[in-house]
Amino acid sequence: MTTSSVVGQVHLLGVRHHGPGSARSVRRALEELRPDLVLVEGPPEADDLVAFAAQDDLVPPVALLAYQEPKAVSKRTVTPDGTPPAEPDGPRAAFWPFAVFSPEWQAMRWAARNDVPLRFIDLPAAAHLAHRAASEDVPGAADDGPGGAPDEPRPARVDPLGALAAAAGYGDAERWWEDVMEHREGGAAVFDAVEQAMTAVREGEPTDPWDALREAHMRQSVRAALAEGAQRIAVVCGAWHVPALTGPSPAATKDAALVKPVLREAAKAKAILTWVPWSHRRLAAASGYGAGVESPGWYHHLFTVEDRPVERWLVNVAQALRAEDLPVSSAHVIEAVRLAETLAALRGRPATGLEEASEAVRAVLCDGDEVRHALVRDRVEVGDRLGSVPDGVPTGPLERDLAATAKRLRLPREALARDLDLDLRKPTDLGRSALLHRLDLLGVQWGELTGTRGKGTFRESWKVAWDPRLAVDLVAAGTHGSTIEQAASGAVLAAARTGGLAGLAALVERSLLAELPGALPGLLDAVADRAAVGSDTDALFEAIPALARSLRYGDVRGTAPGALRQVLLGLVARARTALPGAVTTLDDDAAAILVPRLREVTAAVTLLGAEAGLREDWLAALERLADRDDLHGLVAGWVTRTLRDERLADVETTSVRLSRYLSRGTPARTAAAFVEGFAGGSGLVLVHDTVLLRLIDEWLVSLGEDLFVEVLPLLRRTFAQFEGAERRVIGEQVAGRRLHVADVVPLDPQLVAHVLPVLATILTPTISCPQETS
Amino acid sequence: MTVITEAVILRPHAEDLYASELAYLAEQDDRQRPPGWRLSPQAVVTYLLGDGDQVTPKYVGPRRLMEVAVATLATDRALLLIGVPGTAKTWVSEHLAAAVSGDSTLLVQGTAGTPEEAMRYGWNYAQLLAHGPSEAAVVPSPVMRAMQRGSVARIEELTRIPSDVQDTLLTILSEKTMPIPELGTEVQATKGFTVIATANDRDRGVNELSSALRRRFNTVVLPTPGTVEEEVEIVSRRVESLGRSLEIPQAPQSADEIRRVVTVFRELREGVTADGRTKVKSPSGTLSTAEAISVVTAGLALAAHFGDGELRPADVAAGMRGAIVRDPAADGQVWREYLETVVRERDGWEGFYAAARESE
Repeated sequence: MTTSSVVGQVHLLGVRHHGPGSARSVRRALEELRPDLVLVEGPPEADDLVAFAAQDDLVPPVALLAYQEPKAVSKRTVTPDGTPPAEPDGPRAAFWPFAVFSPEWQAMRWAARNDVPLRFIDLPAAAHLAHRAASEDVPGAADDGPGGAPDEPRPARVDPLGALAAAAGYGDAERWWEDVMEHREGGAAVFDAVEQAMTAVREGEPTDPWDALREAHMRQSVRAALAEGAQRIAVVCGAWHVPALTGPSPAATKDAALVKPVLREAAKAKAILTWVPWSHRRLAAASGYGAGVESPGWYHHLFTVEDRPVERWLVNVAQALRAEDLPVSSAHVIEAVRLAETLAALRGRPATGLEEASEAVRAVLCDGDEVRHALVRDRVEVGDRLGSVPDGVPTGPLERDLAATAKRLRLPREALARDLDLDLRKPTDLGRSALLHRLDLLGVQWGELTGTRGKGTFRESWKVAWDPRLAVDLVAAGTHGSTIEQAASGAVLAAARTGGLAGLAALVERSLLAELPGALPGLLDAVADRAAVGSDTDALFEAIPALARSLRYGDVRGTAPGALRQVLLGLVARARTALPGAVTTLDDDAAAILVPRLREVTAAVTLLGAEAGLREDWLAALERLADRDDLHGLVAGWVTRTLRDERLADVETTSVRLSRYLSRGTPARTAAAFVEGFAGGSGLVLVHDTVLLRLIDEWLVSLGEDLFVEVLPLLRRTFAQFEGAERRVIGEQVAGRRLHVADVVPLDPQLVAHVLPVLATILTPTISCPQETS
Repeated sequence: MTVITEAVILRPHAEDLYASELAYLAEQDDRQRPPGWRLSPQAVVTYLLGDGDQVTPKYVGPRRLMEVAVATLATDRALLLIGVPGTAKTWVSEHLAAAVSGDSTLLVQGTAGTPEEAMRYGWNYAQLLAHGPSEAAVVPSPVMRAMQRGSVARIEELTRIPSDVQDTLLTILSEKTMPIPELGTEVQATKGFTVIATANDRDRGVNELSSALRRRFNTVVLPTPGTVEEEVEIVSRRVESLGRSLEIPQAPQSADEIRRVVTVFRELREGVTADGRTKVKSPSGTLSTAEAISVVTAGLALAAHFGDGELRPADVAAGMRGAIVRDPAADGQVWREYLETVVRERDGWEGFYAAARESE
């Protein structure tokens, strides 16, 4: 063993977080060294939790969760005037995920199984939380070495491994590390090489202040361990930190002075740590983070398989494909193995890696099909593996809150899906609804709302089913707060920072349903801001109905926020001024989207009541549109109809407009669209208004064959939306009128009598489907 | 140009055109060569992608695709290149064959009428009638010759070939033999024999491969060029070499015009403008890189013979309309719409707009 050391007894094992090769090397090095103390980069509050690692029922992937009790938080973030803030001010939880192939996990398991004490030497979790809250607006401000401390944003500084990899002629740093470090079975000697490489990389590189702080603390911890008389110490930390622990270090007093204020702060707002289950999917989802693992399934496979990793891997892939009924034979697998190995040789790699295996899967097992390959990536390369924690482990705050709330609301967590009908007038049901809505906002899909939204205000139908995977989602939601309510508010506000106007309106609606009054002020501010600067009128039209619905829900649920009404009034005013521009130059698709929105906005405005002439102003704006001749037919038809319904246009004006649009000068398609917009999905107006019906009828009769054929599909669509009874009445009216017209022509009744039975036969079917023959 | 007395070949084979590069690589190559190969797999990859110095790139695109293709051949598997027309499938297969076997001529062109004889063997009937069935009367197909020589056989447009003829490949690919029952003998493939087939996945009415045959191929999908830069690079390179071989008087290459052609083709192909702001309709044609190349080449010829020697917007505009408007009614509409909504507004495109309007 040639590992360098600070003093003779300290052995540094620099690793890549979540690197299976590092994990194997750490395990072997620990066996060789048999240290009497293991120090690991991680939050020291977790020291007591290491013992659980000896138990078989703590199954990785698991994560250390650090959180702060709400009480401690509010003390820390109290505002100058003494009132606690209404919403959380940053992340409330941090995670240190470990998979079975994480070197830290292997160190923990080894220490726990061999009764060797293990301590964590990073700064306390409380300090991490405070640091992240402070640097939240600066992306990448909180960072770590290669691989990074778990759950922290990717390094913003020069990528150290990238520099080394480039020097070795590799384009991709991960692959270089894998080739040089992970594929090496050398054991302890690897760590020597790691140290030398990292020293070279960090030479002349300025140390980030946060890193400097953490490394000072690590040094202090090592010194403390030596002072206590440990004889052989193994330190497992990110490779990046190794030079800071071996090189010429600052004096102990200097380190102590640097660390002291941070520790004092951290002691005030203590963080609580516990084990929580994690999943491969979540490990992979965090790939934007320093410690993200792109292909946890592959790493897990590499670490756990005894021999022939590539062969076994491709067999797994073949099985996954077969499970989807895609035919894959053993012959396929054989050829895939051959291709992967040849590729590795061609590329001069020491061993076949995921990249080669993946190419072989694509070319041989998937016939070059990207869809199938994506399936393999999801099922096998990432995988479904789910961790679990033993019963004795203290549960996380959200989990505890959920358990208590669910018990109070008598809502057991069952895997079997069942329907839940809620009557929101009952307090328990109202509570259940709020809970399910809150979880939904947190991305924990326990329940799915099946009842139609908007109708039946007092009723909600849910389909609820508890999937064990949701436990991980719940844990992850802990970043936003330590109770369900607080976390949901935090999640809403976090989402509000990025969403568009329509999205925000939906959020308002959802947070009212979830009873999150704390989130509302911030949300409404965001809505007002976004509407003021945004030029997207579509979003405006979309937002208004949602907000109007929210206002109505708010009334039902006894929380009628005056602020919401104000914001909404502002939005309507904006929509009114934007209206003339919004209806200009629309194609068919855009018009088909716009008209239902306008209809909803009009309904919403009506719902708001007579407040400050709101409705009159809106209708006046519509009226100004009515006589413009550059409108899309659909819009013009809808406007004409709306004005008629609202009694702002009499029959005479309406028929003038109608006949203008249906006259010869108007293209037939525009006219047909006008009819569609005018009818608005219901034939009732035509049933009752014979003048209008006559106009339409005459227009239709006047069409030549070509034009008629051209507009027929449009008309068919319009009439198909009518009720059967409406169609029948319209048909009868039209047919009646025609017969009547025929009657006035002087005819010989006797001759006509011969023809009449024939006519009756011809006409009878046309009455039942008038839209095709009228 | 030197004075050549013989008729000059219009399009030399890859192995002749790039003979010096192949010789150079063979000389430098000290890695192990699979049996029957002229070069090592690494050198073949270098031949395709270029080394930035002596060897020009033949394929511009992801390196991993060429590595998979070469590794496939090295494991004596058959290679199936798939892609929309104009993604350099044929080009890649020709160069692969030239680099691996030094011979890209063992070619079967797949059509709806490709007979079994083209895959297996035919008979010299005069011989057959005069002397009865004998080895001398057998007319070998390119595939059979490739088996005898240990070379790469190329099959173009495999999916156009009728299914029963396709299936004659089964025995050849799995048993590596071709029985000649009339003579009671067989031809056994020697080392180095393999097949490169191409197929395009855009056409309809083709004969899908049976799963038994499909299983004998490793599939590499060749994508359309990823970025404008890549495509401009491909077009300029090909236009240059085509211009040289067609002896078009050297016109100064206008990078601007090439970029313009590539931009128009990409935008119409993808249905959205390069800045992602405006949606445009796509015409019925494929608008491949190959078509962009021919538009530019034709434009260069126009400029050289009839213009002032420099590639002008007017020289490419007419060719572009021809390439884009395949269906006069529908595509004409698409093209006009594109001109009015996109081209017209664009800074520095006034000349092109005017030229395109004129060629309407």
